[in-house]
Amino acid sequence: MSKLQDYVERIEALGRAQGLDYYPVDFELVPPSFMMEVAVYGLPVRMPHWSFGVRWIYQMVQHKMGHSRIFEVVFPGNPNRAYLVNNNSLEENALVVAHVLGHADFSHNNLLFQRSQREAGFHIVEQAAAHAHRIDEAVEIAGQRRVEAVLDAALALEQHIDTHQHLNRPDYPPPKRQAPAERPVDGFHSRFGALPGEASRRGRPEAPPELKIPPQPEADLLWFIAHYGPALEDWERDIFLAVREESFYFQPVFNCQIMNEGWASYWHARLLREADFLPSELYLNAMKTHSDVVRPHAGDKQVALAVNPYHLGFNIWEYLVREVGLDKARQVMKEEDDTGFIRNYLTPELARELNLFVYEAKRDGEVRVTDSNIHELHEAIIAPKYNFGAPRVLVDDLRSDGTLVLRHDYKTDGRGLDSQRAQRVLEYVHRVWRRPVMLYTVDARGEEECLRA
Amino acid sequence: MSLSDDLAGEHGNRWYDLFSRGTRDWLRHNEKIREAVNDALPDLIAHSDVLTRPDNRTVQVPVRFMEHFRFRLLNPQQQKGAGQGQAEPGDLLKPGQGQSEGAQGSGGNEEGGMSFVMEFKVDDILDYLWEELQLPNLKPREGTQLEEDDYVREGWDKKGARSRLDRRRTIKEAVKRRAVQGAAAVPITNDDLRFRQLVKRRQPTTNAVVFFLLDVSSSMDDHCRKLAKTFFFWALQGIRRQFVNVETVFIAHTIEAWEFQEEQFFQVRGEGGTQSSSAFQKAIEIANDRYDPSRYNSYVFYASDGDNFMEDRHRARAALEQLAPRMNFLGYAEVSGRHHQRLNTECGVLFKRLKESGAPAGSYALSNENDIWPAIKAFFTEQAAEAE
Repeated sequence: MSKLQDYVERIEALGRAQGLDYYPVDFELVPPSFMMEVAVYGLPVRMPHWSFGVRWIYQMVQHKMGHSRIFEVVFPGNPNRAYLVNNNSLEENALVVAHVLGHADFSHNNLLFQRSQREAGFHIVEQAAAHAHRIDEAVEIAGQRRVEAVLDAALALEQHIDTHQHLNRPDYPPPKRQAPAERPVDGFHSRFGALPGEASRRGRPEAPPELKIPPQPEADLLWFIAHYGPALEDWERDIFLAVREESFYFQPVFNCQIMNEGWASYWHARLLREADFLPSELYLNAMKTHSDVVRPHAGDKQVALAVNPYHLGFNIWEYLVREVGLDKARQVMKEEDDTGFIRNYLTPELARELNLFVYEAKRDGEVRVTDSNIHELHEAIIAPKYNFGAPRVLVDDLRSDGTLVLRHDYKTDGRGLDSQRAQRVLEYVHRVWRRPVMLYTVDARGEEECLRA
Repeated sequence: MSLSDDLAGEHGNRWYDLFSRGTRDWLRHNEKIREAVNDALPDLIAHSDVLTRPDNRTVQVPVRFMEHFRFRLLNPQQQKGAGQGQAEPGDLLKPGQGQSEGAQGSGGNEEGGMSFVMEFKVDDILDYLWEELQLPNLKPREGTQLEEDDYVREGWDKKGARSRLDRRRTIKEAVKRRAVQGAAAVPITNDDLRFRQLVKRRQPTTNAVVFFLLDVSSSMDDHCRKLAKTFFFWALQGIRRQFVNVETVFIAHTIEAWEFQEEQFFQVRGEGGTQSSSAFQKAIEIANDRYDPSRYNSYVFYASDGDNFMEDRHRARAALEQLAPRMNFLGYAEVSGRHHQRLNTECGVLFKRLKESGAPAGSYALSNENDIWPAIKAFFTEQAAEAE
């Protein structure tokens, strides 16, 4: 039995004793090249698309230049699937095992994760592989260009889902028919009804009321296009729904990143601290790796224009456990996402201690630290996470000629869309929708602008 | 709990060793870039020395990563963010870079910001363009004097030189025979052997010579030269597609004409006036000296801003008329920054007359890059029509 295997068992026993509660974890040692692909695709086997190729080469360059290092990836499920890099040191991997247990605990207990796993199933890794396989089959049948056109559109709308609805969501209910009001039979109507030909017309049912689709603005663009696209083929709808299912899985990962990474970092630090079976040298090396991961800024830089989620999350959890105890902290872990976590638990004292600040970047590249209060700091951290990181674009109307009318909720977002990019997205969508597609937003001066494809 | 370790490498590879999805999608991305770049090709050729060098048939094009577009908010005037480190309110973390609109802070670390160099084979580009623009191929000049004897493969025989053994056909024969003979058959017998035969055929000659005539008088500015160069380049590439051996002659002129090597050709600058007859005379001289009209398809391209001395008119016309009969085609590209007065110049009129007299000639007015493609297209279409 390898040393690492031995450590895994002992660390797990320690974790369970400390109250970690999770589905079993399958660890697998994989080469770094595989890790890099998993990091880029977000899933071990995922649908092919050229945009992943761009991210991949970018990651490769970063990696070659030594700017990024990936330690582990874990996919929640039953079992959890964790991948460790096979050329990392034993110390690093011992740390990573403890880290992974923190993630497993988090994904098993956090309500958002629970919900997404109930919806998307507990086997997202297998599901995604099945999607990839079906898309390969579609390529066989319809050819690469057509499949790529569908993926261009579906992946561009990846963030536009509505997780308040179920994954398997029924069509809009048909409108309730209003019982026709009984007309009072007065002299005129009875005489009119007696006219020749009127009798047969009276017997006819009234035309059903017009059903507006969607009945209210619809945020789930992927679902809407898959269900209401006037000319989509079945395999095209299938691709939209596959992308949507993966997005359902990705959303809580995105929405809880600070909490989740912080929680896992908290637990790897705590478990290794209490693992008396580890040789002290190994512990020291592991702790060195730990401090590399949760440091606030890279290299020798004194200031970072970003917040390291590992560092921030780790410190908030340390603070919480110290101040309110582990049980209350676990309760927070179950119920919050990053928005609530930051707003409720990143206190002014902690922010000062961590040297967090708000900066303002001008268009000409000037970056200046601003004088800000804690609320402005909260919002600066949370803002990029709003609405899955995407502008709010809703389906406004499906016209009888098949025109798809989208509307950007610029009031919520505070400003309009980048119209060049939006135009290109509309073109992607139009190729699949096959009827006119329109989008209302505002331009830089705040005047309404309508894009068409 | 379970831990699968890395011993698998010794027993056999795992599935993810077999191929890299990242590489696959990256290559697909590059393929898409090639397609996109092909559309923008005419503007991308700028180096003069890509014209003739046979071993340098690639062009390097810097390209940016393709962006997979998503909905995104407008860039705000000011963007707020959260940072971490020793900093006090009011601290300047990065200085501004003046007024430049393009600078978007440190946003350069997005994928869209990276660029790399891609190499394109000129032949691939041309194949693509000819298909895309549906350009006709050039036709060699009709007429017996432009034909040469050549051997071509035709038919098969059971005897022949070893080097012309057709293996595929031989094996086919052997398979057929063995199917009939059954188990006792020998693999290959002498009877199975098939040899390709050669026959003598008269072939249109595949030699061509292209004369590039350039007006380098002081009125030809850089803009005009660039247009001329690009036009020459694409005309030459089209000719190269059709003929195996293409030779080039570069003649620059003011009131005199000189022959140049390609390298210097586009750098040459002359002073003073313009007498296009000098260039035509030079072309005639060189053609008489070196290029036997019975062995070469000949093309002339003349680029000028159109100005020519009035007193040269008759001489120029005479020289052109002398030149025309030995040419497959004469192309005139009028390059100028002006939009008016197109082809109404001295030279323009000269070539108009030439065409009216029945010679294979065409004129094209180029005042900016967008005119080049229509001109190239017109040239190949007209040339094909002339050769009919």
